[in-house]
Amino acid sequence: MRSKKDPPQRKGSVSRRGFIRGVGVGGGALGLVSASVPAAAQSTGTLGPGPVPVTLKINGQTKNVTVEPRVTLLDALRNHLDMTGAKRVCDRGTCGACTVIMNGKVVYACSVLAVDAQGKDIQTIEGLGQAGRTHPVAAAFVRHDAQQCGYCTPGFVMAAKGLLDRNPNVRTEAEVEQALGGNLCRCGTYVGVRKAVLDAAREMKTRGGRNA
Amino acid sequence: MPEYSWPPKEKRRLMGKRHDRIDGLEKATGKAKYGSDLNLPGMLHGALLTCPHAHARVVSIDTSAAERMPGVTAVRLIAKAGEEIQWAGAEIAAVSAKTEEQARDAVKAIKVQYEPLPHLVHEHDLQKAGPRAKAAGEVLEGDPDEAFKNAEVVSEQMYGIPVIAHCCLEPHGNVVQWQGDKVELYPSTQNVSGIGGDLAKSLELPAAQVAVHQDHIGGGFGSKFVADRWGVEAARLSKASGGAPVKLFLDRATELTIAGVRPSAYGVVKLGAKKDGTVTVWESRTWASGGFTGGNSPPIPYVFTRIPNKRQNHSAVSINAGGARAWRAPNHQQACYLTCAALEDLAAKLKMDPVELFKKNADWTPRPEVYRSQIDKAAELMEWKKKWHPRGDAGSSHLKRGLGLALHTWQGGGHASQARTTIHADGTVEIELGSQDLGTGTRTAIAIVAAETLGLRIQDIRVKIGENAYPPSGASGGSTTIGGVSGSTRRSMTHALDKLFDVVAPVLGAPKEQLEAVDGKIQVKGNPAKNLTWKAACAKLGMNKISEMGANDPKNPGGLTSAGVGGVQMAEVEVDTETGLVRMIKTVAVQDCGTIVNLKTAESQTYGSVIMSICAALMEERIMDAQTGRVLNPDMEFYKLAGIGDIGEIVVYMNMEKEYDDRGVIGLGEPPAIGGITAIANAVANAIGVRVSHVPLTPERVLAALERRNA
Repeated sequence: MRSKKDPPQRKGSVSRRGFIRGVGVGGGALGLVSASVPAAAQSTGTLGPGPVPVTLKINGQTKNVTVEPRVTLLDALRNHLDMTGAKRVCDRGTCGACTVIMNGKVVYACSVLAVDAQGKDIQTIEGLGQAGRTHPVAAAFVRHDAQQCGYCTPGFVMAAKGLLDRNPNVRTEAEVEQALGGNLCRCGTYVGVRKAVLDAAREMKTRGGRNA
Repeated sequence: MPEYSWPPKEKRRLMGKRHDRIDGLEKATGKAKYGSDLNLPGMLHGALLTCPHAHARVVSIDTSAAERMPGVTAVRLIAKAGEEIQWAGAEIAAVSAKTEEQARDAVKAIKVQYEPLPHLVHEHDLQKAGPRAKAAGEVLEGDPDEAFKNAEVVSEQMYGIPVIAHCCLEPHGNVVQWQGDKVELYPSTQNVSGIGGDLAKSLELPAAQVAVHQDHIGGGFGSKFVADRWGVEAARLSKASGGAPVKLFLDRATELTIAGVRPSAYGVVKLGAKKDGTVTVWESRTWASGGFTGGNSPPIPYVFTRIPNKRQNHSAVSINAGGARAWRAPNHQQACYLTCAALEDLAAKLKMDPVELFKKNADWTPRPEVYRSQIDKAAELMEWKKKWHPRGDAGSSHLKRGLGLALHTWQGGGHASQARTTIHADGTVEIELGSQDLGTGTRTAIAIVAAETLGLRIQDIRVKIGENAYPPSGASGGSTTIGGVSGSTRRSMTHALDKLFDVVAPVLGAPKEQLEAVDGKIQVKGNPAKNLTWKAACAKLGMNKISEMGANDPKNPGGLTSAGVGGVQMAEVEVDTETGLVRMIKTVAVQDCGTIVNLKTAESQTYGSVIMSICAALMEERIMDAQTGRVLNPDMEFYKLAGIGDIGEIVVYMNMEKEYDDRGVIGLGEPPAIGGITAIANAVANAIGVRVSHVPLTPERVLAALERRNA
């Protein structure tokens, strides 16, 4: 009944070369990475099981963490970077509470490994809006009371932002329902969400231009 | 002495209007911190080992390997060798470690030997329950046998409404730090003032030594009142780890297995009536289970409590599954389904419009006039007269449309609550309550009532909740919070204002009885030119401040709050008879809740309740596996909730007419979450011409019912 987001790109394992290339985009950490990858891992092209340094580009900033290769992007954000706007709810790619935008695409952070997110441009709710100015989507969520307990809300806001980034001409409830079909709310805030996203679309259109 | 009443409706500046929630932006930008978001310095991660068997005896537990795992700081046994476990998911041991991954690995390294024992995990077939079913005894009123003999029509049908989970998006859990003789508890709770004492009891500590801190909670719905095993164990792990804070939240599978469910209800309901639709007799044989301890009878007949002749038999069935907790409107959804579905089936048998039948029988309810007028309002908003057809959409399309309705009721009187208002000399106003905001908008409601009382703006009030150091306020359960905090806030603000008037009266040269607080000023009644701005008035406090308490006493709420509401919901559905899929077209909710504090969040509560009802009517069900005794769908892929595309149009009408408004503030959390399930089930019966006896109305059940009809 509900639509699903595209599954994030999965690689069974990250090749060492791909891994280093990814880190290279983050810059500066290359030497450190080479030194810390165990010899055994080098020969088999696998990482771990111990912690490895990971460099992530989040909201335009470079963040370094040391996590086991099995750690998801979501857990890296929440447990290691104290960026807790994305929530862990289903932890299995169903509910959308952990939604972030990766290379312009809306993804479930619980279904991306942190090591696989290297070199990607990651946007989280913490990066939404500019200093002193609330992002129109967040403002519309408040105006239309598109939240109750609020635990799913950051995920909805990011999914809505992703939708308006790729289609600023959203006009119908059906379009909103299609795009946000991969996010679940338990309190039942969908009526407000439908209104908020359409209102934000109108406002962003009027203002002429997207908001970071 | 100050008066405790609400300003007349026409004089209210803020109450009853639509206001944004004051913590809305914090939540919508991800800045709001929930207990599960905390990363305290030096924090460890906890994990639970749970039992994989529905019924077993623990033979032995070996934690030695786990203790040697990297990062592990403590391992604790919860179950002992020899102990009998009564449901899968029961807690066996707990571990803390430096990282979450290490904690989970260590749990896997604990070796437990079980002796599996026979289990029962299904209650839908009473015959198979055997000795696990305990009869509660017959309830008899009037002369049902005679009444059935005289009845002009008799209708009898089996119904079933299953166990469902709360599925709070923030799982149950907490961060706990037990250092020395002090415990800091960061829970996810509906009970800020009470949970500390509950934890203290288990830890054998004086209650005063547990400090509770909670800014936000990610859903509770009745399942988060006590400290729970994971609270107690996180505290003990913390102590065993030298006092480092320990975060222990349930993973989704455990959350859906042991963190609380709504009990089921099954049964046969037989009604006798006159040809004009007047019900004369009720007979029911029901059973229910909420886990190992069984399940009480829902309050049936529901709403129509005054049906004169009744015979009721109920059995509580004990099963080996995670136990029930209060689930938004405990036992009322079940009662509503057994009652209002039976009335709809009676109407169908009489070929009568159920709207007429429900109205005809409204005299059996405690508030006939309220229900009749609510039914009329809902029918108008649904365009019932235009759309309704007798049972079975006669159209040739495979898409069948139908309408259904249901009534509900709830008490919702305000709980005991105390509030402390502080007015500072710089004009700052603070209010402190040991309450919580479940997402219902409690913080905002407190600010509205405070600002209304002091003649200030909502943003002028600093609302402080979520600490058990604040004056005690009741747990948020049973729709009691809005009444409780509105009453205590209004009183404490009134007392504080009275004290400010004492200081300001000589300055304005008027007796304090002549003063009023309006639009950010203290002014003389009838002579508003004689005034002081709020800031100037407070400045007269000099080096002092005002601190005043106010309480809502449930036994003596005065005119500020009261109890007992009614509501009507109607649903329109479209059923695809080829696939069995039910699509929501429209739902109408007409709801009474006394004086409304914030219309915007009241409407949100009602929309949300309707959506929750759609989930429960069409999708939600805890599915148990007979072989293994485990929950088959402890994840959000197969424990289904409605998505944004599944809800159709929803129309909410809040009763704000004078006769409702005059009653004082009454809770709204539960009432609109009751009738929707039955309204939808009735609409499906009306659409396809046959009753689907068990909810949720999955495609499989709809198709099976159609097959029976066609057979």
